[in-house]
Amino acid sequence: MASERVVMDAQAIDRALTRVAHEILERNKGTGGLALIGIRSRGVHIAERLRAKIRAIEDTEVPTGIIDITLYRDDLSRSHQQPEVKGTQIGFAIDDKRVVLVDDVLFTGRTVRAALDALIDFGRPRNVQLVVLIDRGHRELPIRADYVGKNLPTAVNESVQVRLQESDGQDEVVIAPAEED
Amino acid sequence: MPFTHRHLLGLEGLSRDELTFLLDTASSFKEISERDIKKVPTLRGKTVVSLFYEASTRTRASFEIAAKRMSADFVSLASSTSSVTKGETLLDTARNLAAMRPDAIILRHSAAGAPHFLAGRLDCPIINAGDGAHEHPTQALLDALTIRERKGHIEGLTVAIVGDVLHSRVARSNVFALKTLGAALRLVGPPTLLPPELRAWGDTTSNLEEGVRDADVIMMLRIQLERQGKNFFPTVDEYSRYFCLTQRAVAHAKADVMILHPGPMNRGVEIASDVADGPYSVIMDQVTNGIAVRMAVLYLLANRPRVESEVEQEAALPEEPAPRRLRRRAG
Repeated sequence: MASERVVMDAQAIDRALTRVAHEILERNKGTGGLALIGIRSRGVHIAERLRAKIRAIEDTEVPTGIIDITLYRDDLSRSHQQPEVKGTQIGFAIDDKRVVLVDDVLFTGRTVRAALDALIDFGRPRNVQLVVLIDRGHRELPIRADYVGKNLPTAVNESVQVRLQESDGQDEVVIAPAEED
Repeated sequence: MPFTHRHLLGLEGLSRDELTFLLDTASSFKEISERDIKKVPTLRGKTVVSLFYEASTRTRASFEIAAKRMSADFVSLASSTSSVTKGETLLDTARNLAAMRPDAIILRHSAAGAPHFLAGRLDCPIINAGDGAHEHPTQALLDALTIRERKGHIEGLTVAIVGDVLHSRVARSNVFALKTLGAALRLVGPPTLLPPELRAWGDTTSNLEEGVRDADVIMMLRIQLERQGKNFFPTVDEYSRYFCLTQRAVAHAKADVMILHPGPMNRGVEIASDVADGPYSVIMDQVTNGIAVRMAVLYLLANRPRVESEVEQEAALPEEPAPRRLRRRAG
């Protein structure tokens, strides 16, 4: 059994997020009308980190929410066990906001599709931008990220895992080869 | 710990993890009812049928709203306006409905075990919305959710269940849920409605003030005049003199007591009006939570894929336990 390979360590993740925070501020010319929304579960932690970085740079607090896309998934009635729903928490109106969606890995694009549908149920943002820590390719929908921590070429059957201090006890991104049956 | 049951027939036998999972799931559905657009696409294209052989306003409306907020199509049948009045049996009615390929059937029936009877004969998830004096699982789940929200936990709470415990499916489901979740129970009512076998569930007493003393939660039950085959107490007036929850009785409970009632209330019979509308009463929270609980149940049960090998799949799932035979017939 081949072992997993670390493609980003804690320092690399931190540097990438620092750069992304600057890019968000540059492109939006500051924090006016900006809001961060993390996609459960690891997108939530990354959104929190971006919020802290933006606070450190601009000394302002960007409203931050959580979106649970489970109820908007397109594969629900294909599985015999329903995935756990942990709920959406968006404590501010998103109308006319520049909403930055945050997720850990961009792969097929289906999660982002679901997140966009969920978001639109809450109002009409001025625009929606997408941050991902890893873009691993293999899109199945016409979706792209506006800010990418790292582009990572992968094979479809490889698995990419983002581990974060908040949920996994350490910061790293690993790639594991295809599982053999 | 996901929920793997195919039906929701009762709470008896569900594990603590399963109950907690149901409550957690319901809790995360609450936010949907607070949105401007109170709808998620989760059950789009699914059909939910409700089949009610007994009167109901809250439960049926609550299931209907829950199904519609999940984008399911909802068809509602009441026995008074259906072929039941022409003498069709429950099984025939249900078989015909099942042939229309619904994704869940919600059943209320006056006979205990009716949902179990259908669950064994139809390949469609059955949700028990009250069967005789047996169980009313979604009611007990919404009660547990309301208690957990207000108190933060259920473990270690003292819950007094007051009234017609013998005939109450709400009490029965609540006993199963709350005991499993770690609450201590007290059952309060006239001796005729508290047969000795109920002592297995908790302490029993026929003194209201003693029953609610230092209780964290008081759960009132409706006097079910329609379910009583014979007289269990001399007159309604006499019952209310001893068992009506008044401010005076509430004063014996803990200062932060919460009071639940499943509705419909008989004001002045089992609960005084000023108590029902008072600060301890969480009756309206119960109604709101009912929608979240039913959304969660529909999410977990009505969204299963229909596959050709349904029979095989079913064999792999654990068999639903039959209801334990009730000691007394429900009128």
